Amino acid sequence: MLSVSHVEKSYKTGGLFSNERQEVLRKVSFECSHGECLGIIGESGSGKSTLGRLLLGIEKPDRGSVLFEGENVSDHAVRLGNISAVFQDYTSSINPFFTVEAAIMEPLLQQKKTRVDAKSKVDRLLNHVGLDSSYRKKYPHELSGGEVQRVCMARAISTEPKCIVLDESISSLDVSVQIQVLELLKTLKSIYKMSYIFITHDIQAAAYICDRVIIFRSGQIEEIVPIAKLKDVQSDYARKLLKHIITF
Amino acid sequence: MNIWLSLSKDKLAVMSLLIIVATLAAGIFAPQFAPHDPTEVNMQLKYAASSWTYLLGNDHLGRCILSRLIYGIRPSVLWVLVALAISVCIGAVIGFIAGYFRGKIDAFMMRICDVMLSFPGYVMTLAVVGILGAGLEHILIAFVVMKWAWFARVIRTAVMQYSDMDYVKFAKASGSSHLTVIVRHIVPVTFADIAVISSGSICSMILQISGLSFLGLGIQAPNAEWGMMLNEARGVMFSRPELMLAPGLAIIIVVSAFNFLSDALQAAINPQLKTAQRKLQASEVRVSSYESIRG
Ligand SMILES: Nc1ncnc2c1ncn2[C@@H]1O[C@H](COP(=O)(O)OP(=O)(O)O)[C@@H](O)[C@H]1O
Ligand SMILES: [Mg+2]
Repeated sequence: MLSVSHVEKSYKTGGLFSNERQEVLRKVSFECSHGECLGIIGESGSGKSTLGRLLLGIEKPDRGSVLFEGENVSDHAVRLGNISAVFQDYTSSINPFFTVEAAIMEPLLQQKKTRVDAKSKVDRLLNHVGLDSSYRKKYPHELSGGEVQRVCMARAISTEPKCIVLDESISSLDVSVQIQVLELLKTLKSIYKMSYIFITHDIQAAAYICDRVIIFRSGQIEEIVPIAKLKDVQSDYARKLLKHIITF
Repeated sequence: MNIWLSLSKDKLAVMSLLIIVATLAAGIFAPQFAPHDPTEVNMQLKYAASSWTYLLGNDHLGRCILSRLIYGIRPSVLWVLVALAISVCIGAVIGFIAGYFRGKIDAFMMRICDVMLSFPGYVMTLAVVGILGAGLEHILIAFVVMKWAWFARVIRTAVMQYSDMDYVKFAKASGSSHLTVIVRHIVPVTFADIAVISSGSICSMILQISGLSFLGLGIQAPNAEWGMMLNEARGVMFSRPELMLAPGLAIIIVVSAFNFLSDALQAAINPQLKTAQRKLQASEVRVSSYESIRG
């Protein structure tokens, strides 16, 4: 469904006239199929978020392509209603001028749904993510981090997309809230049958929810393993990562 | 609707708005409001004190000060607002494009802005007036030429700051077009910044128009303008200081009204500031009730 082939990305470093470039992604290729939860694990600074932005079509790769069902994701009409996202920073993930209701309705209205339809859907969506309809009129700064991420998930699933990219969506939450949100993600997946691309630096969370994980290191794929075989990874780096977890 | 509601609760904002609307109306309908012809000279009434026919008295040529004040709204406020609106519009378009799309287009536009900004303001104005001749409209053109680059820079910075936000990323990711993202997400949040910088420059522009009129480059002599009225009163500053009062107060009141309104608008638009105010009020109530209990 989502296929990434030979993607490369570099950013300019230095001033206007410098030609130095920092390579952030090198020859990244993988596929994500329908209903799959694919984890991307790596240290911070390894280029995970950059990869996420390319998957979402917000930025274009220098070389290579990101295709959604055969069409390039950099065309916004391809993404509309099919791809969605939940980001890390809950302080800026909802427009401060929007109420919860307006935020959740935004992608629905993009799809040319009528206001009345969209409004009636908000309650159901809030219900799915474990909030009640008293939240409709609240502003994001009146919510806790966990509640904001729940609203973001309601917003992300509102158009029933086929794929959601979650970039460190649970990393800034308390551990107890993280578990609740992971549970919620599992439940939502069983209802809506979409695929997740779960970007994280937390192997335990990835192991809990993912079917397959990509181990990512300095802009390259180190290894792709199904979660059942996580114990017998081949590469040294992946082993080291895992050992870290087990000793804890 | 919400904005109006919360604005109407702020007494200072309501008053500022009333002052501004009244000023604008008086300026637009100056011939109806002004009791006399502002250019009519009457030497018998030189420096006359206020009377029922001449409410604010008469100046050194015996002209009606009130009428001159009312006619002076046109160049001092109305035309300044027009020039401001044009330069903010140009600046906003360029600032939004540069700040949102970044990259080469941003670098190119900002270099043009740098070139424009490297000319000292008054030199530019004098150059424009030198080419086109003296007159209010030429000064206004010079203002637009001078100011748009500055607005473009400031607005670009604000746009850049907001276009990195996760909600903008979400809107882009979920398939909104660039125009929708800009209109729905970036314009509202940057509006407060734009309102504040614009109202700040209204003040400086009013004062600059007055300064240039003093040099004889702006409004021509018999016509009224607040800055020019101040300058005319300057000659008799020590013998008749009250002549500076009317135009001076007019400038101060209008400029303050714009400032207060922009502050209030900012608070009314931003829901975060709104609840902060409510909380503040609530805690003040609590403190005062606590103090009254304590005696
Ligand atoms: N817009 C950008 N401009 C320049 N460099 C960037 C940009 N985005 C990311 N980088 C660089 O790319 C590298 C990877 O960043 P990121 O994708 O955020 O990593 P991660 O999400 O894995 O922590 C970092 O070294 C960062 O400096
Ligand atoms: Mg990241």
